Amino acid sequence: MKKTVLLGAMTIAGLAAGAASAATMDDVKARGKLNCGVTTGLVGFAAPDANGEWDGFDVGVCRAVAAAVLGDPSAVEFVPTTGKTRFTALASGEIDMLARNTTWTFSRDVDLKFEFVGINYYDGQGFMVPKELGVSSAKELDGATVCIQTGTTTELNLADFFRANNISYEPVPIETNAEAQPLYLEGACDVYTTDASGLAATRAAFENPGDHVVLPEIISKEPLGPLVRHGDNEWGDVVRWTLNALIAAEELGVTSANIAELAAGTNNPEINRLLGTEGNLGEMLGLNADWAKMAIMAGGNYGELFETNIGENTPIGLSRGLNAQWTDGGLLYSPPFR
Amino acid sequence: MSDKQQSVAFFRETMLPEQAPPATQRGIVKWLRENLFSGPINSIMTLIAIYFIYKIVSGAWPWFMNGVWTTSSLAECREVLQGSTGACFSVLTERWNQLLFGFKYPEDQYWRLLLAMVLLLVAVAPVLFAKVFPRKMLIFTGLYPFIAFWLIWGGTILTPIVALLGFVVGYLAFKKFEHQSFAMGMLAFVVGAAVTWIIGGYLTEAMSGFIALQEIPSRDLGGFVLNIILGTVCVSLSLPIGILLALGRQSSMPIIKWICVVFIEFIRGVPLITLLFVANVVLAYFLPPGTNFDLVLRVIIMITMFSSAYIAEVIRGGLAALPRGQYEAADSLGLDYAQATRLIIMPQALKISIPGIVNVAVGLFKDTTLVSVISMFDLVGMIRGPILASTEWNGVYWELWGFAVLLFFVVCYGISQYSQWLERQLATDHR
Repeated sequence: MKKTVLLGAMTIAGLAAGAASAATMDDVKARGKLNCGVTTGLVGFAAPDANGEWDGFDVGVCRAVAAAVLGDPSAVEFVPTTGKTRFTALASGEIDMLARNTTWTFSRDVDLKFEFVGINYYDGQGFMVPKELGVSSAKELDGATVCIQTGTTTELNLADFFRANNISYEPVPIETNAEAQPLYLEGACDVYTTDASGLAATRAAFENPGDHVVLPEIISKEPLGPLVRHGDNEWGDVVRWTLNALIAAEELGVTSANIAELAAGTNNPEINRLLGTEGNLGEMLGLNADWAKMAIMAGGNYGELFETNIGENTPIGLSRGLNAQWTDGGLLYSPPFR
Repeated sequence: MSDKQQSVAFFRETMLPEQAPPATQRGIVKWLRENLFSGPINSIMTLIAIYFIYKIVSGAWPWFMNGVWTTSSLAECREVLQGSTGACFSVLTERWNQLLFGFKYPEDQYWRLLLAMVLLLVAVAPVLFAKVFPRKMLIFTGLYPFIAFWLIWGGTILTPIVALLGFVVGYLAFKKFEHQSFAMGMLAFVVGAAVTWIIGGYLTEAMSGFIALQEIPSRDLGGFVLNIILGTVCVSLSLPIGILLALGRQSSMPIIKWICVVFIEFIRGVPLITLLFVANVVLAYFLPPGTNFDLVLRVIIMITMFSSAYIAEVIRGGLAALPRGQYEAADSLGLDYAQATRLIIMPQALKISIPGIVNVAVGLFKDTTLVSVISMFDLVGMIRGPILASTEWNGVYWELWGFAVLLFFVVCYGISQYSQWLERQLATDHR
């Protein structure tokens, strides 16, 4: 008897879960905290520092959303996920959004029933080899042993690339980037392949970065972005437009330094609409009028987030490349705030 | 007499003083000859071994001695070392608290974890060294789980008190109805405990500020402390469950027997990591969002199930090793099943099973590091995740993993030495 009651309760709970997940924004507001899924640690993108504070480029997106919705960039519960647990954590409602440099692919979007709300980093898979190997192109890598992370899109891309070029390779499967580093340095594999941003970060941590080269070929498109569950469009809009607000702020020259001044009112109507002094964009999203202002003040606009976490002045030293504004020849292009 | 003197040129009248054995037959030389150079093959092996030891030590020595302890990032370490070999132990000093306590436990509350760990030693001492410590200390051992819960997770002190009261009330009810039958007693226990807990639940809710420590969610636990918590809780829970399962498997009652057999065989046929994934991922689908059925609790349940199945099999081995005569002797004394098991069978069976149980316990303690795969930050999770992913320490390996090895080795070697000591203590046969 007891068991049937328990099972019944679980069924109802499961149904309730389905119903409740429809209004993520209400949940977040009621909870007073945003549950944001991040990595268990990836240099520059998300890692807790010595004081246990999460820091990084993906973390910045989480904080911006929390600031937009709740008005407090620290009202975030960071839920660390691994490559294997991230999607179930999102699907089951344990987290409200996932910002865990996850590649936007067809099957993840359609089959796994997620909604990628945008792209916060355009990445691509590259190769790193020791300089002494004398290789200048990935097409010369016939017969090489390759260190590769399992369970990621890079694994599949690698197979595709080598098959398309009709050359052979021997994969050395590894679990995390941290494991790849010593393996590669000890010569367990000739080549290390992962996203170009990861390669740059890994190389920067080497004792002699100059002894290693990143090959010019980028063999895949890896658009990384935050994602939410299917079926809750209001919440998806909030996350999407928060990300867009960060990108648009850079384009419009709104920074965390001058935002207080600009929020008083400017001659540029788009800035005014963005910062809530004109129009009612915040109301349409179900947020306060100053939602975008709060989001930008959380960690700065897109460019500022990039510079402080992974930019050229950090140990990772990534240049903007594809991630420059469209006005500078990059791919960042926010739809207008109108 | 004088004849003798003439026929023999010399003879002694006093004993020679005792002489030391020849140099080759004593002390270090003898030891060396017997153990290291007892033949050509052994001599060669010894030389080769010495060569390798020399290589390892001479390689590792400067690494240790040049170790840097005070910098705040790997890059600074390299600057200090100027290209010479040397370890960067600064990562241990800078992230010391994180390695031990995880990165989210509030720093001003560390004393609670430390106190809980010290009290753990006090609590296990009378269990492990029954002859040395007074039996009265066992009362503290019984209270310890409640104290530790309060210290580690915080909240009002009423929660553990109510939990304890539930057991006390249940026990009293059990005593009251025990004479009717064992089943009645158990029912009374369940009812008594449940009523206390429900009433107490309202009470704790109403008085949530009563002598309250800061509440710490399970998610914030981490570091080596998490390994210790998981290891201790799961071993101590799985031992009684394992005994029950082993007895159940030998039971003549078919339903109990089959439940135990199916449970044991199923759990033993499944890798621990899949159970952990179930705990982390699959259960989340069944629970409504918001009801946070504690992750650490889920993991504890899974690991306990896993290890109790193994312990049950170990104890079953001990039961099988007992001669039939022991069972028959118990029967002939007129003892009932419970008495016979408690007084005659179990003490002997458990003694036989000690090495096996310790084996499972050591394995289990090391298996707790698997929780890093489901994104919990135990010692290994801390190293793999946050520390190696920080910009300061990205690229430090030997120091961190060496430290983890050291911590685990100390604990596991300690457990193994204790079990050997215990076996000698309990050895009643005359060999």
